[in-house]
Amino acid sequence: MSVTAPTHTDTAFVDFHDVWLAYNDELKAQNVFAVEDINLQVKRGEFIAIVGPSGCGKSTFMKLTTGLKMPSLGKITIDGQPVTGPLKISGMAFQAPSLLPWRTTLDNVLLPLEIVEPFRSQFKDRRKEYAERASRLLESVGLGGMEKKFPWELSGGMQQRASICRALIHEPKMLLLDEPFGALDAFTREELWCTLRDLWEAQRFNVILVTHDLRESVFLADTVYCMSRSPGRFVVQREIPIPRTRDLEVTYTPEFTNIVHELRGHIGGQRGSPPRRP
Amino acid sequence: MNKKQLERWSPLMLLVVIVLIWEAITRGFGISEFIFPSPSRIWEQTLEHKTTILGHAWRTYWVTMVGFGIAIVVGVLLGFLIGSSRLAYSAVYPLMTAFNALPKAAFVPILVVWFGIGAGPAILTAFLISFFPIMVNIATGLATLEPELEDVLRVLGAKRWDVLTKVGLPRSMPYFFGSLKVAITLAFVGTTVSEMTASNEGIGYLLISAGSSMQMGLAFSGLLVVGAMAMAMYELFSFIEKHTTGWAHRSGQN
Repeated sequence: MSVTAPTHTDTAFVDFHDVWLAYNDELKAQNVFAVEDINLQVKRGEFIAIVGPSGCGKSTFMKLTTGLKMPSLGKITIDGQPVTGPLKISGMAFQAPSLLPWRTTLDNVLLPLEIVEPFRSQFKDRRKEYAERASRLLESVGLGGMEKKFPWELSGGMQQRASICRALIHEPKMLLLDEPFGALDAFTREELWCTLRDLWEAQRFNVILVTHDLRESVFLADTVYCMSRSPGRFVVQREIPIPRTRDLEVTYTPEFTNIVHELRGHIGGQRGSPPRRP
Repeated sequence: MNKKQLERWSPLMLLVVIVLIWEAITRGFGISEFIFPSPSRIWEQTLEHKTTILGHAWRTYWVTMVGFGIAIVVGVLLGFLIGSSRLAYSAVYPLMTAFNALPKAAFVPILVVWFGIGAGPAILTAFLISFFPIMVNIATGLATLEPELEDVLRVLGAKRWDVLTKVGLPRSMPYFFGSLKVAITLAFVGTTVSEMTASNEGIGYLLISAGSSMQMGLAFSGLLVVGAMAMAMYELFSFIEKHTTGWAHRSGQN
């Protein structure tokens, strides 16, 4: 039960080393950073969650992890390779499902295979095989039989499930979720927690989940990181010792509630304090 | 009849009412057919000269289609170029707007000097006048691509070309079909205007020659024929639009 600054391990899958990011050079010259002093090591197959107040830099952190933005200072290594651009080994799902409305659900899920090598060059030959793979994925999240429907014919929860399938179709080693369940109602959200949990336990890819919901982070993750207000830095790293496989019932146990309460204290402290001066 | 049927038949019913009123006015006030012919007179003259009219109508039609076809190709290519590159957008757009402001009817004498009398100037006028809306709509569709849709592909390491062809162009199809409906009516204008001064065939020519020989009924019927052709093409594109971009025409989501 450590509430300490992040420690080093030698088999880190995701390794952030003294990373700072300013949005542009002028801000960098003025020492105004969006995220500061990020030191983070994530083990292979680990599920981590990041919580923090609005605008603290969680999405910026995601962009650094996916290679959509380069750090102003410091180094990022993923799977031993330095990050120089968008990664093909990751899949991402956002708060808005962003399914392409002119494609059927199946074609939407197949989209990454049309872009990422080595699937792309084999797409024509192995289309049938890929379509079967997509169907199986859709079935595993409860969308069996919905392949031919268009996105607008699906509910919000179903679209988000399809979006997660799309993020996993190319068998990435890392799944990045940017507040994926934020737009859904509480019941659908809990359903999708279990769906995500089952997918992860079956395949054990890395997951980085950014969320506002403390219960969600404690239920799903091995380790929860709390980010401070902008400029964001990690102030808390909390391992969640609750044994797997976690049932929804565990969210009502005292141990769970205590952890959530404790984390809430840290976040509340962040929200209450005045903005830090650069 | 119920409300839905009433709605469907209302344009036809309105047309019938207008024709009847028109007929009543021209007969009732004894207006000379050289000034404003009655519908029945127009119909008479149409039947009388129907082969001539059909011949000219066909000529106007295929000339317009050729010019329009070129307009689609050029419009889409230029629109793609401008919509995908910010530099091209800032460089080309103002010049294009200036060009578009020139009245294309004024181009016709120049085109005659270059290409001689006949189909050449007509095709080119139709093209010049109608490619601009197509270009603008494609460029707008590409330039206003939502970043969220783009991000989905960018995180996979997709190149710009992939984003434009897989997301940008399909996303622009509603805009494209919208522009086709506008452009086709413009194309007919272009052809007719050119034929009026630089051709001896086509509806434009028919209008001038019927006018000068005081056959107003014939002139009006030529007008109506061109209007009917333009409307038929408009409806055709509307039909294609509904069946290929149905995803865009839903009001009220989820």
